[in-house]
Amino acid sequence: MEKALKRYAPIFVLPTFAAFVIGFIWPFVQGLYLSFCKFTTVDNASWVGISNYIAAIKDASFTSSFKFTVFFAVVSILSINIIAFMLATLLTQKLKGTNVFRTVFFMPNLIGGIVLGYIWQILINCLLSIIGQPILALNSTAGYWGLIILMCWQQIGYMMIIYIAGLQNVSDDLIEAAAIDGAGGWDVLWRIKIPMVMSSITICVFLTLTNSFKLFDQNLALTGGEPSHSTEMIALNIYQTFYARSGMQWKGYGQAKAVIFCVIVILISLIQLNATRSKEVQQ
Amino acid sequence: MKERKSISNTIWTIVLAIAAVLWMYPIFMILMNSVKKESAISTAAAFSLPGADSFAGLANYVDAIASKGFLSSLGFSFLITVTSVLAILLFCSMCAWYITRVNSIISKMLYYMFVFSMVVPFQMVMFTLSQTADRLKLNTPYNIWIIYLGFGAGLAVFMFCGFVKSIPVEVEEAAMIDGCNPLQTFFLIDLHILKPTMISVGILEAMWVWNDYLLPTLVLDIKKYKTIPMLIQYFRGSYGKVEMGPMMACIMLTVIPIIIVYLAGQKYIIKGVAAGAVKG
Repeated sequence: MEKALKRYAPIFVLPTFAAFVIGFIWPFVQGLYLSFCKFTTVDNASWVGISNYIAAIKDASFTSSFKFTVFFAVVSILSINIIAFMLATLLTQKLKGTNVFRTVFFMPNLIGGIVLGYIWQILINCLLSIIGQPILALNSTAGYWGLIILMCWQQIGYMMIIYIAGLQNVSDDLIEAAAIDGAGGWDVLWRIKIPMVMSSITICVFLTLTNSFKLFDQNLALTGGEPSHSTEMIALNIYQTFYARSGMQWKGYGQAKAVIFCVIVILISLIQLNATRSKEVQQ
Repeated sequence: MKERKSISNTIWTIVLAIAAVLWMYPIFMILMNSVKKESAISTAAAFSLPGADSFAGLANYVDAIASKGFLSSLGFSFLITVTSVLAILLFCSMCAWYITRVNSIISKMLYYMFVFSMVVPFQMVMFTLSQTADRLKLNTPYNIWIIYLGFGAGLAVFMFCGFVKSIPVEVEEAAMIDGCNPLQTFFLIDLHILKPTMISVGILEAMWVWNDYLLPTLVLDIKKYKTIPMLIQYFRGSYGKVEMGPMMACIMLTVIPIIIVYLAGQKYIIKGVAAGAVKG
């Protein structure tokens, strides 16, 4: 069969592969090359070596946006996964209205980042002005927590669905057997449910981690990095370096930042996958 | 024992019900403000219900549709999403079938490149991608699907590969012995078996393309074509006073179709998300 199939390779593989080259491989390779160049378009690039990388690392706005992203990621990963897991446990207890709750909690996930950002900007600004605090554009603490709340609202439903699917696979026999052996609700949770859904936890932590690091739309719409870049995350910082500044050097800096960002995201995903994979139980 | 359990269940149901109401509140708030007069919309009064003197009826909606170009944005968003998702489903399933069935170094390399592309953040390629798209004239809503096919191929091929592995080869071999060529085998046999995965991939990719903001902003000419996320951002980004009324009407007009589609197809959407995650 393989032989017959190979003759059809152009029909099966070529459309996707051609688009993949245009949409990913070529821009990726070119981006890698341009990070060592000074340029404003792809045609006028001149080689400058690693000076873009040095400038990117020395750029204070880049390092501070990196710190902001890390703080944001840690808190949002913890809160999203804990709340989503709690909801999933409750919604697998055969309570009344489980379907309605599941539908409601999942819904914000379908709304796009830009729209979500503006919805919450209006809401949070109103809350802040009622309690007499400065609005989002002037208030970086509120911007930080606003982003966390927004991310929770958007992502909890999605992660909840994944945890529900995981928890439904834990057989009742296992839990009954543990109960007969004298395990309380808490023991069942820690010693049976959590180890058994470790693969769901891997997926959810992976998804929330990459989503938090790559967050752009929500950041742009909710705070736009205001006040004075203090709520700017890495993705937005790179975007601003590219498009909000004029001058020969900036695009090169931006591309170098993007390469650093890309390496960080890949490293973190690999480390995280290895760490949680090793805790998974073979079923 | 049983009675205690039922009491605690009732308490939890009530807690969840309150949480669900709060969960929906932000959308209700936008709905409330979208029917207020422009002069009555202010930061501090966003929580109050529209009164007799501030109620504007559907004026903001009429404005959003008539003069803010909402309908053309809806059309472009719809066109881009449908063409991109169809292209992704068709071409990526074919590609995934090929690279799973043909065991060669090239297929392995292709597979790993697709997986790799899923992790890479968009900022890495955003500048070069937009320049490439300009040069190849892929910068209209009619052919931007090629870019989406290329950038969205990673997830789709990965998920399809995971599923094709579970299809027994014997079925396909039988079809080939009966005289099917590979194209017929794929379209007459595998396409039907792949249907559930098609739905999952389709939902995930449609959610991404429909809501995507940065890629169309960089690739399309914003003066001629605005997708819905671009339109909403444009309200804010343009100079002068932001017209809050029409903007909130636009947000509602964006959210309502999503809610309708979701309620109609929630069984598939929730299943699709769960299945997608298990494969991922």
